[in-house]
Amino acid sequence: MNNWFKSGSPWVWLSAGGVSISLISVLGLLGLIAWRGLSYFWPADIYQFEMTDEQGKNLTVIGEIYERESIPASQLVHLNLNIDESAETIERLLIKTGNRELVSLDFRWILVPQINNTSLPAELVVIERRTHGNFYGYIEEVILDGQAVEQNKMLQLVERVSDFQAEMEDLQKSDIGAINYQIERTRLKERKHILDNTLTTQLQQELKDKVVGLKADYSVLEEQLMALREKISRDQIIVRAMDGQKVTINFEDVLQVTFNNKLNVFEKLKMFFSQIGAFVSDDPREANTEGGVFPAIFGTVLMVLLMTVIVSPLGVVAAIYLHEYAGNNALTKLLRIAVINLAGVPSIVYGVFGLGFFVYMVGGSLDDLFYAETLPSPTFGTPGVMWSALTLAILTLPVVIVSTEEGLSRIPSAMRHGSLALGATKAETLWRIILPIASPAIMTGIILAIARAAGEVAPLMLVGVVKMAPNLPLDGNFPFLHLDRKFMHLGFHIYDVGFQSPNVEAARPLVYATALLLVSIIVALNITAVSIRNRLREKYRMLDQ
Amino acid sequence: MAIASKSANYRKVKNSLAKWMITLGGISVLFTLVLIFMYLLYVIKPIFESAKVDVTAKFVINEEYKVLATGVDELKEVAYSITEQGKINFYQLVDGDGHKAGEKILSQSLVADGESLTQLINVGQKQKLLIDSAGNVQLIVPSFTANFTSGKRVIIPSIRYPLGKEYLPIDENNATITKLSFAMDDEKAIFVAFTQDNRLIKTTLLAEDDFNYDTAYEVQYQEIDYGAKQVNDILVSSGLSMAFIRQNDQVAVFSLDDEAELKATIIPQLAQNKSTPNHITTMALLSGGSSILLGDDNGSVSQWFEVATDEGREFKEIRRFKVSDNEPVTAIYTEQYRKSFYTETPSGEMGMFYTTSEADLWRGNLHQGNVQALSIAPRADGLVVFSNNELTIFSVKNEHPEVTWQALWQEVWYESYPEPEFIWQSTSGSDDFEAKFSLVPISFGTIKAASYAMMFAVPIALTAAIYTAYFMTPGMRRKVKPTIEMMEALPTVILGFLAGLWLAPIIEIYLPAICLLLVFIPSSVFITAFSWHRLPRKYKTLVPETWAPIILIPAILLAAYAAFALSPVLELHLFGGDVRQYITNDLGISFDQRNALVVGIAMGFAVIPTIFSMAEDAIFSVPRHLTSGSLALGATQWQTLIKVVLLTASPGIFSAVMMGLGRAVGETMIVLMATGNTPILDWSIFQGMRTLAANIAVEMPESEVGSSHYRILFLAAFVLFVFTFVVNTLAEFVRQRLREKYSSL
Repeated sequence: MNNWFKSGSPWVWLSAGGVSISLISVLGLLGLIAWRGLSYFWPADIYQFEMTDEQGKNLTVIGEIYERESIPASQLVHLNLNIDESAETIERLLIKTGNRELVSLDFRWILVPQINNTSLPAELVVIERRTHGNFYGYIEEVILDGQAVEQNKMLQLVERVSDFQAEMEDLQKSDIGAINYQIERTRLKERKHILDNTLTTQLQQELKDKVVGLKADYSVLEEQLMALREKISRDQIIVRAMDGQKVTINFEDVLQVTFNNKLNVFEKLKMFFSQIGAFVSDDPREANTEGGVFPAIFGTVLMVLLMTVIVSPLGVVAAIYLHEYAGNNALTKLLRIAVINLAGVPSIVYGVFGLGFFVYMVGGSLDDLFYAETLPSPTFGTPGVMWSALTLAILTLPVVIVSTEEGLSRIPSAMRHGSLALGATKAETLWRIILPIASPAIMTGIILAIARAAGEVAPLMLVGVVKMAPNLPLDGNFPFLHLDRKFMHLGFHIYDVGFQSPNVEAARPLVYATALLLVSIIVALNITAVSIRNRLREKYRMLDQ
Repeated sequence: MAIASKSANYRKVKNSLAKWMITLGGISVLFTLVLIFMYLLYVIKPIFESAKVDVTAKFVINEEYKVLATGVDELKEVAYSITEQGKINFYQLVDGDGHKAGEKILSQSLVADGESLTQLINVGQKQKLLIDSAGNVQLIVPSFTANFTSGKRVIIPSIRYPLGKEYLPIDENNATITKLSFAMDDEKAIFVAFTQDNRLIKTTLLAEDDFNYDTAYEVQYQEIDYGAKQVNDILVSSGLSMAFIRQNDQVAVFSLDDEAELKATIIPQLAQNKSTPNHITTMALLSGGSSILLGDDNGSVSQWFEVATDEGREFKEIRRFKVSDNEPVTAIYTEQYRKSFYTETPSGEMGMFYTTSEADLWRGNLHQGNVQALSIAPRADGLVVFSNNELTIFSVKNEHPEVTWQALWQEVWYESYPEPEFIWQSTSGSDDFEAKFSLVPISFGTIKAASYAMMFAVPIALTAAIYTAYFMTPGMRRKVKPTIEMMEALPTVILGFLAGLWLAPIIEIYLPAICLLLVFIPSSVFITAFSWHRLPRKYKTLVPETWAPIILIPAILLAAYAAFALSPVLELHLFGGDVRQYITNDLGISFDQRNALVVGIAMGFAVIPTIFSMAEDAIFSVPRHLTSGSLALGATQWQTLIKVVLLTASPGIFSAVMMGLGRAVGETMIVLMATGNTPILDWSIFQGMRTLAANIAVEMPESEVGSSHYRILFLAAFVLFVFTFVVNTLAEFVRQRLREKYSSL
């Protein structure tokens, strides 16, 4: 034993333990997110528990099992439970009972020893709704235009309503939205002319007529909308909740009706994928705690693309300067220190700089110069997607520089010399020889920058992200790309829904799903970048030989 | 030929153009960093500037009578003077509305015909109590309304009588009043007066409805038992809670809240233990109404307020300002909304100070000779002075008096606090709230969070780096290194979310398990290692020692499972069933769910890959001939590692740790989500903290642009910037040196 210690072997094992812990934590973390995130989409079994509570009353609880944990029995002594005294720990279950209009909390803890009977009745139904969250219960009646009809008509009715809903949404978002946008633009145009002292009575009349025309269009659309609204509120379902209460749910609220306990594995799998599809393509509902994350995905992608457009040329040029042009002097040393520090400065500092410099100083001046008609409400003098892209471009600049420079340094100098010897100028060598060979390295840098930017939240909280953006920064209204608009972001969505929402417990699965989405994007980007880099390294190793 | 040379020229131009463009692009990186630095400085600079006072306008105005009071409107466009004769004259200060600057635009008599003013008492900045030669008392407020006619703003002056035009019935006996002061709110007005027949009286006017709408009132008289022959000054606090009566060097405080009995508390005499005793010369109330300022003949001003002590509430001298070396303080003027005050000495020397931050903001002479009246502009951005028939308007640039280097980094004694403290409290619901900007608690929080994170990360990251770089087979290293580095790419918002919503509840419930892990994991490693050591040789070749990290994974998982399974049992037998309660009740330590332990672990995970990656590089690039030499001389692998490899790589390891520290200090999202964000000064592992970065993220969106708060948040960002700059530059410098050393070896 003593010899064993003297050999240092235990310490080697201990340091191996460091590796093991790191591996466990990385893989465990990814596994945890993946498991929790994916289980959000899997149709859960709906249990019915017959139980007896502390007062000896019998009651029925219906819902999904959300969490299990065991707690020391002594913590429950004060409840006067009628349970086995010798047990040291008691298992309890967190049940999602839904039915938010009937009970104040849609979650409840139940103690396993109090359960008398657990079953999975096939007739139990989950109704996913637009408001008030899920409903769990038994269907009593389906009412079509005031008349009770057979229950198997229900799916048909759900489909009918969802078609109408899509139509309404289309009407509201694109058509009515466009008219409102036009009216606002006309008002601003008039104001601009007033400010410039160029408003003639003729022009004023023209603008006025335009607004009148637009308002007429609007009232037509509004009528259509009202008609649709009437149609969707025709049919109802009557459902019995776990405590026997009957609730009437209008079809306009219903998104989906599923008998989870009846589904077989393939049907569940089908539903699993359709849920994932809905998650990435739907708008959020219920203060972001339900529905999809489409606007957040869209916002993240748009912002990152804008950032890429800004950061790529800058980063590549800076790297080329550092590797190909800069001499071995003090300036180069300073530049390298600058790059290292740009990489090391906390991201929130960029946010502060972006807010003060870009938003208030540059944006404020832009407003004074070009958007005076909208003042005092700012156009660019307020956080927006352009400022976010610019701020993150500075933040990710060193990533692109470092990666590109690494690529440049791996290109054998023989290639440069060859090109120069054949009479090419330095610029031509760069453009024709160096850059094409270094392009995978540049790609690596850009992908890494995108991955970094997609996950960064702190600076965005100051320079443009919001919890709920009414309009996407890209839409059908001229000039189509609205750089001044605020946007939603996946990372911020996680923070906001997980920490600022009123019902954190209900929102948690959605946060895991969002986190999974974000992590998969980032991990995929990183793996791509690293594999491109590795391939490149292999290639140069061969060139060198 | 011509074409060839043209194209050669063109190529040459293109070549040099490319060179310049690329150079410009390269330099722009440096420019960006400098721009960030300069911009942050530019925003911060105003908070450390001292005040500036400049003359903006001067008018010669011949008042026939002595000027008793002066004042100006909010926009500094119209000023007024009230003369001994009982007249108020308004003067235009800027050209406009058919009046030239300096022209008299309105003159009105404030007293009955044949009377004049014997006394004028300024109460606050606006209200004036007038006592005429017949002994009648009236309250007036010179007021200004802005009128917009044809797009132009015109200030129209007028006189308001907040308590009605009738003379105020101050004394039931109608004795002549020698000293008087008052304060009012919507419901009542309290007058405290000293009469010629040596009575100190309190008169309360109770509004029948609300003084804003109706000036009707009821009068209540009360005599204060004080027995003074003479009173120098009377002040009533703006909250109607206290009256201060000065009789020579003694100041008595009466609580006005207690209707039945008016008992005096004597503020202790000034300047004990001095050979030349000071005499109080003047007294003023500080904005907010709970502090009193006393000026003495020794040229100093002291601030006093009530402090809770063991013997109850007691007035204490909080701080003292040396206003003049040899002259007495003749007058103290206080601002309406901020805790700034101005002092004056007989020679006309003025000073501007801010109490809380103890800032000596400005000193100078505003006028030559005799000043008749001085008033601070309502927005505290100017002064109006009447002296020698001259009306002078000064602009005062003093936007951030509450911020000084001391106030940010040293303990500050705030009003109604028992002692000086470090406090960060930037906003509150009430209006008369004084913002408290001490960077100490949040800087402390930053250090605390970073320390716990480093405590967790450094051992794991360094051991992992050592093993990966020195003992691991190349094949395994190629897989393991990118996997651990993958962690660096994980968005911190996800780590923070997991820390706050997943880890924090687990730690709260399984706290004993976390402690057990500290013992279980190392022991499981040793046990596994020893069992492997004892394994027969033929099995050893099957699972070679180089697989240690893989062999250990199940062992560690098993240890962790054991720890969590034992946790409730341990909790039951050692901590009476509930660790949380045990910690709060038996140990007396408060327990937050989102505490330093959670932050330490979560941020540790964020820092591990940074440290691991750089330390691994440093160890891996130690030249092979050094280790070969050591091993050839008979040293074991472990000895070689400790004595040769780590020693050579130590600068690189140091720089890795520094980089990790830099990352931990600036991390925002994890701390924001995994702590309660309370700015406290406590090392306790079971309590949270607020860090500089999280503080910026929380407060920046709500802070008003250009305010002191906004600029202090920029200062916080600047502190972070400078700190990480130093750390990163140092780490980079060390790394460069190391690289040179390696290449020379």
